Amino acid sequence: MNHGAAVAPVLVLTYGNPSRGDDALGTAMYDLLEKNPPLNVDLLTDFQLQIEHATDLREREYVLFVDAGINCEEPFELQRLSARKDDSFTTHAMSPASVLSVYQQIYRREPPPAYLLTIRAYKFGLGKEMSSAAGENLARAYEYLVEEPPWAAHA
Amino acid sequence: MTSALETAENPESLKRIVIEPLTRVEGHGKVTLLQGKNRNIRQARLHITEFRGFEKFIQGRPYWELPVLVQRLCGICPVSHHLAAAKATDMIVGATELTPTAEKIRRLMHYGQTLQSHALHFFHLCSPDLLFGFDDEVRHRNIVGVIEDSPEIATQGVMMRKYGQEIIRVTSGKRVHGTGAIPGGINKGLSREEVDYLRKDIAQNLSWAQTAVELVKKVFYEELDYHMDFARIDTSMMSMVNDDGSFELYHGGLRARDSLGKEIFDHIDYTNYTEYLRESVKDWSYMKFPFIKARGEEEGWYRVGPLARVNNCDFFSTPLAEAQRQEFKSLGDGLPVQSTMAYHWARLIETLHCAEAIAELLEDPDLMGKDLRTKGELQSVGTGVIEAPRGTLFHHYEIDGDGIVSKASLIVSTTNNNQAMNESIRKVANQYLDGKRLSEALLNQVEVAIRAYDPCLSCATHAIGKMPMELNLVDAGGQLVDRLEKRTTGQIDRTI
Repeated sequence: MNHGAAVAPVLVLTYGNPSRGDDALGTAMYDLLEKNPPLNVDLLTDFQLQIEHATDLREREYVLFVDAGINCEEPFELQRLSARKDDSFTTHAMSPASVLSVYQQIYRREPPPAYLLTIRAYKFGLGKEMSSAAGENLARAYEYLVEEPPWAAHA
Repeated sequence: MTSALETAENPESLKRIVIEPLTRVEGHGKVTLLQGKNRNIRQARLHITEFRGFEKFIQGRPYWELPVLVQRLCGICPVSHHLAAAKATDMIVGATELTPTAEKIRRLMHYGQTLQSHALHFFHLCSPDLLFGFDDEVRHRNIVGVIEDSPEIATQGVMMRKYGQEIIRVTSGKRVHGTGAIPGGINKGLSREEVDYLRKDIAQNLSWAQTAVELVKKVFYEELDYHMDFARIDTSMMSMVNDDGSFELYHGGLRARDSLGKEIFDHIDYTNYTEYLRESVKDWSYMKFPFIKARGEEEGWYRVGPLARVNNCDFFSTPLAEAQRQEFKSLGDGLPVQSTMAYHWARLIETLHCAEAIAELLEDPDLMGKDLRTKGELQSVGTGVIEAPRGTLFHHYEIDGDGIVSKASLIVSTTNNNQAMNESIRKVANQYLDGKRLSEALLNQVEVAIRAYDPCLSCATHAIGKMPMELNLVDAGGQLVDRLEKRTTGQIDRTI
């Protein structure tokens, strides 16, 4: 399925649940970026990653996933991703590396260069506000994307 | 049905085995096995914590926000919650009957989400290891062979999922957190362009759905005895059916049949569900244990979802799915099919039905109608029930004079299957635990048994850093005897 829209060379795909405390970091980054959309960058947001997101990676030169995480350094980390299939307990949670693996599987070629920006999170309670510490980390991560966009060479 | 699971005598003398899938957030699932002196598993406990706080999250909100708000409860089936809440708020606004356009667009949305949800499950399970967790090399090779005959399955699974997501986007207005269903109806009809856009790909999706059900059948028949027996439990089953007894996902009466297929209740009005269903509470679980009131707490638990729906209905209204149902039912030789692994088969029959139903709806001009909403006299109580992909989903709300939710009660699909999953785990554990030492085989088979139900264990939050499974063996004195950890790479380590 194709909406018929032109595809920008760069995709920023954020994800998380805006009603689960710091899990909102991904979608909050989307909201910030959407106010002043970077040139030649498509912005997407979703509750979580799933297999169909592999189709959003087509014709991209650079992909940046943005998520919340509790095991990363403060305020955020950026890491290069390689395709790797999840072997998770349920079918419900999918990693960005696994989305790249699905891309490989269905298109029979290497996925575009992809990175994961993990913003340090702390609490995930249903109906809770984002913690102030996570909010500060979000601000630092946003500054980074505005001042030193890692996709600059591709946009 | 047994009551020993929850009432083991002298639990202090039982050995405790804990299987714990850890996620990066506070909510996680955990399996505890309590072993008796004879090394049989006397108790199995699947702990799920994700459903904590649902009701509290909803209370205090205005009723008209509910269809949008509740989508944030679950990242897996937001549309199910959206539609169940919309049906409850229909009742609150006094909309006793929707306009044809409103009902048909909601149905289209629901079939789209069921198609994509089932396709996702199927696609993931195309890995034989994930589907069956086999240690039996011969059997494993057979299944791999069947699936390798269909290398295009991966692509089909992704595209079916994408198609279902597109139906949701078109009918709800947005890819995420759409606002399609509102109290008393929907907020927009479809345009001719939107209908044509969806029509373009339905024939292809229907064909893929046929292929998928044929593939899962082939896999099932390849090791028929194993699939019929693995994690099998003989249970009652509950589902929604139409007035004529046909298969129904969106709106109908509730039907429950016992393990022999005899009627417990039929065509009951779901707004009176509390007269027929009760929930018990256990001190070790956040999740409640629903049971059929007439049969009591010990005997009244049941199964829901694809297996229950395909078993319970008298027929499918669509021809291809009906032909598949008849073949499926022949497995039971006149009785309900009780194989837990048959959930996978039933799931794909439903996928086929959804594709057929979508094709029919996309020819219906009512989708493009302009009469979108009805209302009547405001009520203080609303109940909405649908058949979500994983099973029957109940939403019940009470509101105050200002329209604010004063009470919310939800029974989600996975909760309905709570006791049944415990029983399937117990069956498998008794079969695969050698009594002394945890094994990779046991860990795999417990996962396979749970996965057949497609439970919602990882609702709503998806930050990084999860560890999918930890298996601990702890004796009654609290001493850790053995532990296995399964990492996201699939690597399993003994960490004691």
